[in-house]
Amino acid sequence: MSSIFIDANRKQIAGRRRIDFSLKLLFLVATSIGVIALMALLIDIITDGIHMIRPELFNNFPSRKASEAGMKSAIVGSLYMLLIMTPLSFLLGVGAAIYLEEYAKKNRITRMIQLNISTLAGVPSIVYGILGLTLFVRELHLGRSLLAGSFTMTLLVLPIIIVSAQEAIRSVPKSRRDASYALGATKWQTVSRSVLPSCISGILTGVILAMSRAIGETAPLVMIGALTFVAFLPTGPLDSFTVMPIQIYNWVSRPQASFQELAASGIIVLLVMLLLMNLSAILLRNKYNKHI
Amino acid sequence: MPNEALSTKSPKQLVNAAAKRDHGFRNEKSHLMDKIMPIALFLCAALSIATTIGIVATLIGETYHFFEKIPFIDFITGGKWSPLIDPKSFGIWPLICGTLLITVIACLVAVPIGLASAIYLSEYAPKKVRNIVKPILEVLAGVPTIVYGYFALSFITPIIRGLFADAGVFNALAAGIVVGIMIIPMVCSLSEDAMTAVPRSLRDGAYALGATRFEVALKIVVPAAFSGIVASAVLAFSRAIGETMIVTVAAGSTPKLTANPLESIQTMTAYIVQVSLGDTPHGSVEYGTIFAVGMTLFVITFLLNILAQYVARRFREEY
Repeated sequence: MSSIFIDANRKQIAGRRRIDFSLKLLFLVATSIGVIALMALLIDIITDGIHMIRPELFNNFPSRKASEAGMKSAIVGSLYMLLIMTPLSFLLGVGAAIYLEEYAKKNRITRMIQLNISTLAGVPSIVYGILGLTLFVRELHLGRSLLAGSFTMTLLVLPIIIVSAQEAIRSVPKSRRDASYALGATKWQTVSRSVLPSCISGILTGVILAMSRAIGETAPLVMIGALTFVAFLPTGPLDSFTVMPIQIYNWVSRPQASFQELAASGIIVLLVMLLLMNLSAILLRNKYNKHI
Repeated sequence: MPNEALSTKSPKQLVNAAAKRDHGFRNEKSHLMDKIMPIALFLCAALSIATTIGIVATLIGETYHFFEKIPFIDFITGGKWSPLIDPKSFGIWPLICGTLLITVIACLVAVPIGLASAIYLSEYAPKKVRNIVKPILEVLAGVPTIVYGYFALSFITPIIRGLFADAGVFNALAAGIVVGIMIIPMVCSLSEDAMTAVPRSLRDGAYALGATRFEVALKIVVPAAFSGIVASAVLAFSRAIGETMIVTVAAGSTPKLTANPLESIQTMTAYIVQVSLGDTPHGSVEYGTIFAVGMTLFVITFLLNILAQYVARRFREEY
């Protein structure tokens, strides 16, 4: 009798082990799909575009001939946009985070602001474009300018910066603040000289994350009317402009194979820039972590 | 007596009390900063509320003008969308249909793969594998959408056209699959967060009863983390609805009521891009459609995001 039970048990256990093993394989395959997709994407883009990476790409303006077309105005436009957007979103975002973490009382207004920030993070980027079009381009009469684009991007990345800065500030132990107060510092002195310096690496990581989001965004800038064909460099913040993703979009949407390759080469430049930004985030983080 | 005061007051209160007695202790500038900064910082935080109000006011204002010219009932019931070509008609359903088609395909790709990856990473993977796979998924999440658009058009579309002879150059399937790939990292990291929050003791209990890893994952971890998993799927759905450049590049620009993923369609977001690329005069009906469609998009994604937050909070198992 008992041996029958044991045999049945053994069989059952072996069956369950088999299920466990095959499901483990299935989960592993599923996980590798993401990795394979990334590899396929990179290989596809590099094989299409690497031979178009040449001096003309960086020195020339867009052209109707693919052989002469470059993305100088787009690269400069993207950099100018970052130049205006980054300090602005840094000040506003970190300011909001300091308020919420250090100053805000736990009341309804604070909860509302907090909930609102997480809701804003989920708003599609194109909706920010609609806001930018109405508010900055029309109501504030900035036109289809670099400034209007940078302001729109600032609003778009603020939730990212606020949330990451809040996390960084929250990670500073209370003892640090108490030590500062014990030395006679005021609240602002404590925040600016004790709390912020000890979490600046976390804050900067969030800012760089936000910058890399902004440099890849296309839709909101199409909305506010960044042009697709710009054969000049913007000389002031009120000039019209284009950015790298829009130039890439313009090339992608042309049927000729040569422009498709040009688009791939533009993507390589964009991805390399993103890579450099993320590397600098890691380096910054390591450097500041050593100081503390 | 002074000792008693020490024990009941926080350091900050003590400092303030000391500051009242001794004015020479700190300089005037620091006092000024302590008056200005709270207000300035509050204004920074209030900007987020102003942004929301700005979005809602913009959309409502222009949408109202639009519905003064086009009856709301035509917009919400009409089955034909051709606002740029005569005879004009303004039925939103073809755009919603196109958007849903993309979103459903994307979720069919992203939710199973994302969830399976999350289970693998949280229950099976050795630490070494996690340390390699997680950054790769982060990179996947950081790729700009225009790059995905190019990938859809140059890599996925040819494969699909090879498999299905009647697939168009622009089709919903290629765009949907790539939108799905784009949101895999989001589903994966959100569900994994929910799974790692399940206490270790629950797993240990099941292992002690002789359960296999798969049984622990399916019968203990997934049910315990269910609210977080559902919330991640809802957020993925909302993200797919709002995705713009992939569908603009790869899904085409022909709004139609179809469930055939091999056809060219148009989503709400792609329509908005199409109109804003053209030269539409401010104040015209065509210009108004941007806001009416944008409003529809905003309301749908807003409701989904609220739903995700509600699910995550309401059905959370507390440990």
